[in-house]
Amino acid sequence: MPQWGIETKTRASRAFLSVAAIVVAAGIAAPLFLSRSTIQDLFFILTMLVLAQCWNLLAGYAGLVSVGQQAFVGFGAYAMFACVSLAGFDPLIAIVLGGVAATLLSLPLGFFVFRLQGAYFAIGTWVVAEVVRLLLAQWRALGGGTGTSLPNTATRDMWAARLVADLLGVRSAQALDILTYWLALLLACLTMGFIYWLLRTRQGLGLAAIRDNQEAARSVGVDAASLKWAVYVSVAFVTGVCGALIYVQKARISPDAAFSVIDWTAYVIFIVVIGGIGTLEGPIVGVIVFFLLQNTLADYGSWYLLVLGLIGIGVMLFAPRGLWGLFTDRTGIQFFPVRRRLVKRQEDASTDALQGGRDG
Amino acid sequence: MNWLDTILQGVLLGGLYALFAAGLSLVFGIMRLVNLAHGDLIVVAAFLILVLVTGLGLNPFLAALVALPVMFAAGWALQYFILNRTLGDDILPPLLVTFGLSIVIQNALLEGFSADSRRVPAGSLETMSLPLGPVTVGVMPLLTFLSAIAVIVVLNQIFYRTALGRAFRATSDDMVTAGLMGVEPKRIFATATGIAMVVVTIAALYLGTRANFDPTIGPARLIYAFEAVIIGGLGSLWGTLLGGIIIGVAQTVGAAVNPEWQILAGHLAFLIVLLVRPRGLFPRAID
Repeated sequence: MPQWGIETKTRASRAFLSVAAIVVAAGIAAPLFLSRSTIQDLFFILTMLVLAQCWNLLAGYAGLVSVGQQAFVGFGAYAMFACVSLAGFDPLIAIVLGGVAATLLSLPLGFFVFRLQGAYFAIGTWVVAEVVRLLLAQWRALGGGTGTSLPNTATRDMWAARLVADLLGVRSAQALDILTYWLALLLACLTMGFIYWLLRTRQGLGLAAIRDNQEAARSVGVDAASLKWAVYVSVAFVTGVCGALIYVQKARISPDAAFSVIDWTAYVIFIVVIGGIGTLEGPIVGVIVFFLLQNTLADYGSWYLLVLGLIGIGVMLFAPRGLWGLFTDRTGIQFFPVRRRLVKRQEDASTDALQGGRDG
Repeated sequence: MNWLDTILQGVLLGGLYALFAAGLSLVFGIMRLVNLAHGDLIVVAAFLILVLVTGLGLNPFLAALVALPVMFAAGWALQYFILNRTLGDDILPPLLVTFGLSIVIQNALLEGFSADSRRVPAGSLETMSLPLGPVTVGVMPLLTFLSAIAVIVVLNQIFYRTALGRAFRATSDDMVTAGLMGVEPKRIFATATGIAMVVVTIAALYLGTRANFDPTIGPARLIYAFEAVIIGGLGSLWGTLLGGIIIGVAQTVGAAVNPEWQILAGHLAFLIVLLVRPRGLFPRAID
């Protein structure tokens, strides 16, 4: 008698796991052989990837289309600035506190936006993000509407930055870039690990069920409201940490930049849409395309955003599952499979033997 | 009579916000489509009027009259060829396509007209005012408010008194059945967006003549429009006018206390209504 069991892993995903391990190892070693500007580029890519994965979890899985994620980026960044400039905390601790602050902010904001349904939820998140921006622009101690800079000494005297400087024999400014890059790499790995883990749990299955049909999901006992709240709050935490990290590296903040709907939400939406919404691989593909486009069109000013917008519209109309969706439709390859499949557990049975059913 | 004056200015400003909101409300009511590019389309219309005024030397009102059919056609085509493809059970495609459209419009306008602030010159009308009992009101703000009322009356007449309005309501209730009765939903939707763009053009006329505008102010107009719709309650145009007035009064009163609080006060008024009456003051649609 063959034994039956439930599997999500495939041969491709096992192979990908080892490739991913090599990529991460190369990423850790990158500062040893790459230039400072390349490290800064990689930092940018990794932080955008984190924001994209967060938005993807919200919109692609929980059905919460938010146009207001800049609220959490900006609030996390401002909380970090307050902890460092006003309370004298180490920036590393302040980054985590930035995430905590964003989480706390998400509770009252969620209370308001969850009163709005579907498409109105989207504009509601935008409104509350505007309110947070306007309120923080009143905070004189942090520069009001014009913003402020991190004290030079705060980032230079960070113990971790000095450790990196001593270890690699680099100047303090470069050490800060390398440190923030490593933190971004860590944050990206943890975020993707968390999301992948979440999608493979019971709650993840519930999320997929809500995405496909909320009424049907509720009828079989999925608590849609609580799941959505949990996703909204945990995404706020990660987004806040990411915002704080971005602004440790930038070291200069203003309400208009920290709460920019273009930088922290529009780019992120285009990354996810172009890459493929509702998959973990999509944002990775999207962020690479986004970075290449940005480098190619960097000299053309607003043409860049115009082209990005047109590509986003085109993808949504003609390939709504994005570039990754096109690829996976043709090859069936998934690097982060979450589909539960019934497999025969025999001594050398191929676990790929049984394919079938839709994603999810 | 400073406060009375402030509140009256707010009420009249509310008329402008109601004009922003009426098109948004119309499109949502008929096809459950939230157009995130709505504010940017208002700015497009304002630039169109500006070009007609400065290029051909037309009077702003005449320019708006010329712009009306152009914007109707643009709205019709936008809906028929692009937005109709996104309609369905999934809310993602319409939101993301209109969001992309918003970014495209802003940047196309930036390329075409630069980031400079513009204003549609309206000649002596700009400064003309009428004494109204203890206060004086500007002629343009008053015209804005009266236009908002006229637009709402006309839209309600179209909606409840004409064959087109019947088709709108039927398609909104049940697209498939309406289709069986000889209504072509795709054309109905295109006509609805065309009408919304006519309202947008009227809004743009007053936006452009009353204050400076530049290519990036669209999203803020969308937000005011949205707040007015939610405060009023979905599906009620008179409620939308009241919503606009509440935002307008909150803004002028906020600005009178501290100029930096103008926008914030409007948003806070919206949040308070959302807190107390999440379905708005005059909810009509049950969805």
